[in-house]
Amino acid sequence: MSQTNQHIPGATSLALDRAIELLAQGVQYLLLIILALTMLVPFAWMVSTSLKTEEYVLRFDLIPQPASLDSYRELFDIMPMGRVFLNSLFVTVTGTVGQVLFSAMAAYAFARMQWKGRGVVFSIYLATMMVPFQVVVIPQFVLVSKLGWVNSYQALILPSLFSAFATFLLRQAFLTIPRDLEEAAIMDGANHLTIFWRVMVPLSKPVLATLTVFSFMSMWNSYLWPLFVARQEKYMTLPVALATLQGNNQSLTQWNLVMAGAVITLLPILIVYLFAQKWFVQGAVISGIKG
Amino acid sequence: MNAMIGERGIRRWGWVLFFLMPSLLGLLVFIVGPVFLSLGLTLFEWNLLSDPKFVGLDNFRELYHDTRFWTAFQHTLIYIVLYVPTVFVTAFLVALLLNRPLRGRAAFRMAFYVPVVSSWVAVAMIWRWIFNPRYGLLNFLLGQIGVGGPDWLFDPDTALYAIVIASVWKDAGFSAVLFLAGLQNIPDTYHEAAQIDGANPLQRLRHITIPLITPTAFFVLITTLIGSFQVFDQAWLMPEPFARRGATVIVQQIVNNAFRYQRMGYAAAMSWVLFLIIFVVTLIQIRWQKRWVHYDL
Repeated sequence: MSQTNQHIPGATSLALDRAIELLAQGVQYLLLIILALTMLVPFAWMVSTSLKTEEYVLRFDLIPQPASLDSYRELFDIMPMGRVFLNSLFVTVTGTVGQVLFSAMAAYAFARMQWKGRGVVFSIYLATMMVPFQVVVIPQFVLVSKLGWVNSYQALILPSLFSAFATFLLRQAFLTIPRDLEEAAIMDGANHLTIFWRVMVPLSKPVLATLTVFSFMSMWNSYLWPLFVARQEKYMTLPVALATLQGNNQSLTQWNLVMAGAVITLLPILIVYLFAQKWFVQGAVISGIKG
Repeated sequence: MNAMIGERGIRRWGWVLFFLMPSLLGLLVFIVGPVFLSLGLTLFEWNLLSDPKFVGLDNFRELYHDTRFWTAFQHTLIYIVLYVPTVFVTAFLVALLLNRPLRGRAAFRMAFYVPVVSSWVAVAMIWRWIFNPRYGLLNFLLGQIGVGGPDWLFDPDTALYAIVIASVWKDAGFSAVLFLAGLQNIPDTYHEAAQIDGANPLQRLRHITIPLITPTAFFVLITTLIGSFQVFDQAWLMPEPFARRGATVIVQQIVNNAFRYQRMGYAAAMSWVLFLIIFVVTLIQIRWQKRWVHYDL
């Protein structure tokens, strides 16, 4: 009897610990679920609204009844959505490929070539990383309008092709590649182009992938610059077109149309995110260097 | 050095130019040039059409007395005071939860990052719809629990709060991923040792996790602050036109002066003042970090 008595406190405290642990885990799950729902419900609401017909838009059903694609059809009727979509795609892909390629080439010149003035030029690159976008956007606009490039693809693409940050990041990556590999290539008579393309690029795939998805994301989502250099429907990109849809007065806004536009704007980037998730997350961590 | 390809003279410079020139030329034309041009512009009055007129420091003098600019500055500060701590704490909480050995972590992490990759324009449209006072989802849900929601984006007094809510929602996942990376860098041995010494989870959070996460926290704080001084898209897109005066921010003033009133010099002066503010705030933080950032236990 006395022995059991001695054991009971220990046993209950063990059971208590277990219960507390379970409770804590339950609370953690609950919190996570609530937070995740907060993140996802607005997107669900967007999709739901976009599938509603005009007369049902103001009803609070999550599942649209009846569901229809009318708003998408109407959207393509009132706006050259196909053209706008292709504009976005063209500008984003060209801009991304160009930025990564030019940055990688410059990074190679900084990491693997000896030349006079390299240090000075590299510090110019570093210095430009500090300047906020707002400072350069005004002269960039002056330049583009003096060249007569307002409403053109050049204006949309060219300024984003050059990134000091991407160059810096790739230089750091190239510096970590062991030199033995190149020496072997040089013995075989390789020139700089071969080394760049056959040694440096394949060995830097993670950084290149990270930069690619990040540049893709920022160009696809870019709003301020396209808003001022491409206002004609002919050159409009998706975010600018979507913003014009809302109109000036909410009572006149056709929410099913606007939400359909939002779905079309978000879908491509979400698909890219789904397939390249790892690089997006990596990009967030890497952008740490940008400070 | 001997690993370099041994060419001399013109051929070597040819290669350097080949690799460097596209990037360097572009950088000079589209970034370095504009920086100096912008600095020069601050001393001129120019509408892009007539000849630029030299006005000395008049733009800065005008800025000093420009109530619209200082109201926008005030709104930006209110935005920062509300947004930065909220996003900071939310992101840290999310990261702590995502760092637990729970099932479905990857799926949860993905959910938190979806708003981060989304375009601000699309997100602004979604939240305008949710914040609609009469037909929006938010006030409907608030009504279900008996709370009468405000007019949000229709009211200059509440528009800024709505913008803060949408911004926290959109950005929390980004900082959470940074915090998570920081948490995963804390060696397990610290926690194990503390557990053996009988430290409870709260004590471990207080004495191990928080001190060791301060470098990440410092970084998150610096970048969030820099970003919030530059807040624009959401403040420009979300409020109703008549409620916008309650939520104009600094960058909006720059954009208005440059693109609406065609006052290039004045807008450039504003952008340099903004740069200066960001620069000073960042410097202060770097100074101040010694007091609270631990690079070791």
